[in-house]
Amino acid sequence: MLIKTVFSGFGGQGVLSMGFTMANAAMLEGRYVTYLPSYGVEVRGGTANCTVVVSDEEIASPVASEPEFVVAMNQPSFVRFQSILQSGGLICVNSSLVNTSTARGDIEILAVPTSELAEKLGQIRVANMVMLGAFIRASNIVSFDFLIEHLPEILGEGKSKLIKLNKDALELGYNFIKE
Amino acid sequence: MKRLMSGNAALGEAAILSGCTCYFGYPITPQNELTEYMAKRMPEAGGVFIQSESEIAAINMVLGASVAGARAMTSSSSPGISLKQEGISYLAADELPAVIVNMVRGGPGMGNISPAQSDYLQATRGGGHGDYRTIVLAPSSVQELADIVPVAFDLADAYRNPVIILGDGMLGQMMEPVDFSNIKKIKDYPKDYILTGADNRPSRMVRSLLFDTKEEEEHNWKLYRKFQRIENSEVRFETFLIDDAEIVVVAYGIAARIAKGAIKRLRQDNIRAGLLRPITLWPFPSKKIKEIAKYITDFFVFEMSTGQMIDDVRLALEGKGHISFYGRPGGVIPTPIELARIVSRHYFQTQKVRKQ
Repeated sequence: MLIKTVFSGFGGQGVLSMGFTMANAAMLEGRYVTYLPSYGVEVRGGTANCTVVVSDEEIASPVASEPEFVVAMNQPSFVRFQSILQSGGLICVNSSLVNTSTARGDIEILAVPTSELAEKLGQIRVANMVMLGAFIRASNIVSFDFLIEHLPEILGEGKSKLIKLNKDALELGYNFIKE
Repeated sequence: MKRLMSGNAALGEAAILSGCTCYFGYPITPQNELTEYMAKRMPEAGGVFIQSESEIAAINMVLGASVAGARAMTSSSSPGISLKQEGISYLAADELPAVIVNMVRGGPGMGNISPAQSDYLQATRGGGHGDYRTIVLAPSSVQELADIVPVAFDLADAYRNPVIILGDGMLGQMMEPVDFSNIKKIKDYPKDYILTGADNRPSRMVRSLLFDTKEEEEHNWKLYRKFQRIENSEVRFETFLIDDAEIVVVAYGIAARIAKGAIKRLRQDNIRAGLLRPITLWPFPSKKIKEIAKYITDFFVFEMSTGQMIDDVRLALEGKGHISFYGRPGGVIPTPIELARIVSRHYFQTQKVRKQ
């Protein structure tokens, strides 16, 4: 089993940390994983993205030409990455910002109003973790319980004060899909 | 314990664990994370970090640190490595150990910041002026990168010669799980050539200016003998599924990983492909290629350049066998699916020709 996911959005939306968090969880689960950030000649406010590949065997290439999953946090990312998604693939969109009326017919769309949900926690900056919670529920790439259990380890020492907030955000997104 | 780290950061950590006490660098994408990591970690580890005013200054700082006996390293990417060549030539002439990292990007000229393998010839042919070689190590994963750093420092000290770690933009930027527990205690190399102050011993001199042509000739032959010793004992490579192979793909670094993915696909289609992955690009595993050529005639070279390592494969084969080539230069990252398609087409064409 080899699963490729592209996380994308505006620079500053926490797109890279979404990918890093999932990659880290997959590593701690004992899986093979690669994380490749985009580092093009990007402009401020432009798009950022990273590719996470999770597998049960050695990974040949960290690049996803046809990913199974895409997470799109803004409109330009939605437009750009829905076109490379595998037929039948799933795209999780931040419906607070993204209009999906131009979506391809052969892909599945999951709309998550991350901004509205994050505002419930009083912190718009955890919108990425809300999305990650929803994404893990929908994709099942890593175990959600495992992620929550190992959150302090995954987020690292620098974020020890923010563990509760991140946990709440992840659960909010996860439960949003559950309902 | 495994940690999720970028190739650049893992390289920095491995260098510190290998006893590197001096790092000098000048920023250039795609290796900036290494300089950043060293800026943070070197002072913690009690070493020296200097962001130099230029690449040329950095390599000469390495020379200075090495002449004083330190394990020293610098890193850059393609255009910056070109600037360092003068210093590398001096290091080789002075027989000073040093590790130089090149996270190759698309070129020539300023090129771009995407991964490429177009500095193969520069790295394996010495790179600067004069009759010398550098040992070139080409890892293909973040873990192997971390494992090869202590080897690089040991080879540099053992042979008193600069060693190049040849990565690429992707290897530097991508994150993978990495474990440093393989890095053992640092070996002790007696250094009877370093300049430590001639108190109670005869003075020493480290120089490459040899006006006496006879003396320079002798020095050149001495270096040559050293390079022969390296060629005889330091070749490293990996093979993958070559025992029953009908076609052998030769690829190194990140391209070898893409090739492995392609070979797995080809095997599913009953095409018996295998892989030879040189880990030392110089010394090149020529003997292994010659040995393989006794029972396999079809060689397929794959590089992220217009074809540089292919020269070494040709030299190794000495006219035997058939060589095909597929390359993607300029920073384009080919996919395993793409390579599998190309190799498959080549395979069926050869089959057809054979039947005729």
